[in-house]
Amino acid sequence: MIGIVDYGLGNLFSVKKAFEALGNDALITNDPDAIKKADRVVLPGIGAFGDGMNYLKEKGLDEALTEAVIRQGKPFLGICLGLQLLAETGEEYGTHTGLGWIRGRVRKIDVKSSGLKIPHIGWNDIALRNDSPLLDNVRAPKDFYFVHSYQLECADSADVVAITEYGEIITAAVQHGNIFATQFHPEKSQDHGLQLLKNFILWTP
Amino acid sequence: MVKVRLIPTVLLMNGRMVKTKQFDSYRDVGNPTTVARVYDAQHADELVFLDITATTDERHFLLETIREVAQECFIPITAGGGIQSLNQARELLRNGADKVAINTHAIERPALINEIANAFGNSTVLVSIDYKQNAAGMPEVHTHRGQKPTGLHPVAWAKEVEKRGAGEILLTSIDREGTMTGYDVETLRVVADAVEIPIIANGGVGTVQDFVDGVQKGHASAVAAASIFHFTDQSIFKAHSHMKEKGLSVRR
Repeated sequence: MIGIVDYGLGNLFSVKKAFEALGNDALITNDPDAIKKADRVVLPGIGAFGDGMNYLKEKGLDEALTEAVIRQGKPFLGICLGLQLLAETGEEYGTHTGLGWIRGRVRKIDVKSSGLKIPHIGWNDIALRNDSPLLDNVRAPKDFYFVHSYQLECADSADVVAITEYGEIITAAVQHGNIFATQFHPEKSQDHGLQLLKNFILWTP
Repeated sequence: MVKVRLIPTVLLMNGRMVKTKQFDSYRDVGNPTTVARVYDAQHADELVFLDITATTDERHFLLETIREVAQECFIPITAGGGIQSLNQARELLRNGADKVAINTHAIERPALINEIANAFGNSTVLVSIDYKQNAAGMPEVHTHRGQKPTGLHPVAWAKEVEKRGAGEILLTSIDREGTMTGYDVETLRVVADAVEIPIIANGGVGTVQDFVDGVQKGHASAVAAASIFHFTDQSIFKAHSHMKEKGLSVRR
């Protein structure tokens, strides 16, 4: 069973339906025990960093995630805000402490004088920086759907699996041991996204 | 480079997909889920569903359509039509919509924009702005499916919705809608240049070149249309390929 963490943010329905379309059961839950019992854990979400962390803490989900992912080593997939919350700090509406599983900070995208719009919305190509089984069998051009205004600036380049470009270099995917996360939305990226989710289901970190 | 999004819009009325002209003369054109499936197969970059059913009693079809489409189409979905509360937005977002589009109720109660943006993030709020030329020859925002003038210039309203937390704007020229005579690129450009958030051009596309003009002349970040995909042999494939030929970055 895949446990999808429900903390009130993001299109969880589509995440669940994508796993079901691939023939897997997925449970949307805010019950810390259900997260600890899941075989694999998915943290989706969209919205602000501080709100996200507060919801997780209020429901005791931060503890459950640490138990399931860090202590038990279950395969973990973060999506969008679910990637950003892995950082040590987030700078959206004040500075907030994140889960701290990936070294780095979340800050606003700097489009400089490019004339580009914020949020970064749409399909963008990613370039691989490190190998990851999660991106196997994704045909080129590897484009995925992004929607975000902040990005994770990693302190350790070894954690960065893929980047994209939008006025600057943007962290598109990270991996650290059994932790994998994407800034883009695989559940909204058609066949490329479904391939990534399929890779996640088969992944044995 | 981020790709220009090509977005088919689907108008719903009592659970059926309809085609309109200048916000009037409704024609039934089919089952929305069947049509969405075709757009998805042709690599549409997103889908927008707008329910124009007059009575709130019949609005449940929007939710049902979104649920049905989201079961099998794994691309971003926007749902709009009559949304006037945070709860209505939440229900759609919990049932497969990635964004909600608000229009009339955003003007009647602008705090609705802040409420949805604060609860679910800016990127989940798309404000739909409909306008037409008024007697003075100026573009003026209209609500209630184009029936009610508001006295607002689209630029002023666009800046206000941006300030309140909208993630993007769907800008529709009522005069052009369904006429297949091209986008109103002049108004499009002044609005797009006035705000930092992305503008989706809508209303009037008759040829695939209109998509290119919307971006290159109108400075839109994304382009939307309905009629061209239903009533001509121009598919999403053909539109993407023409846009690419003209130098725009698009998906396969």
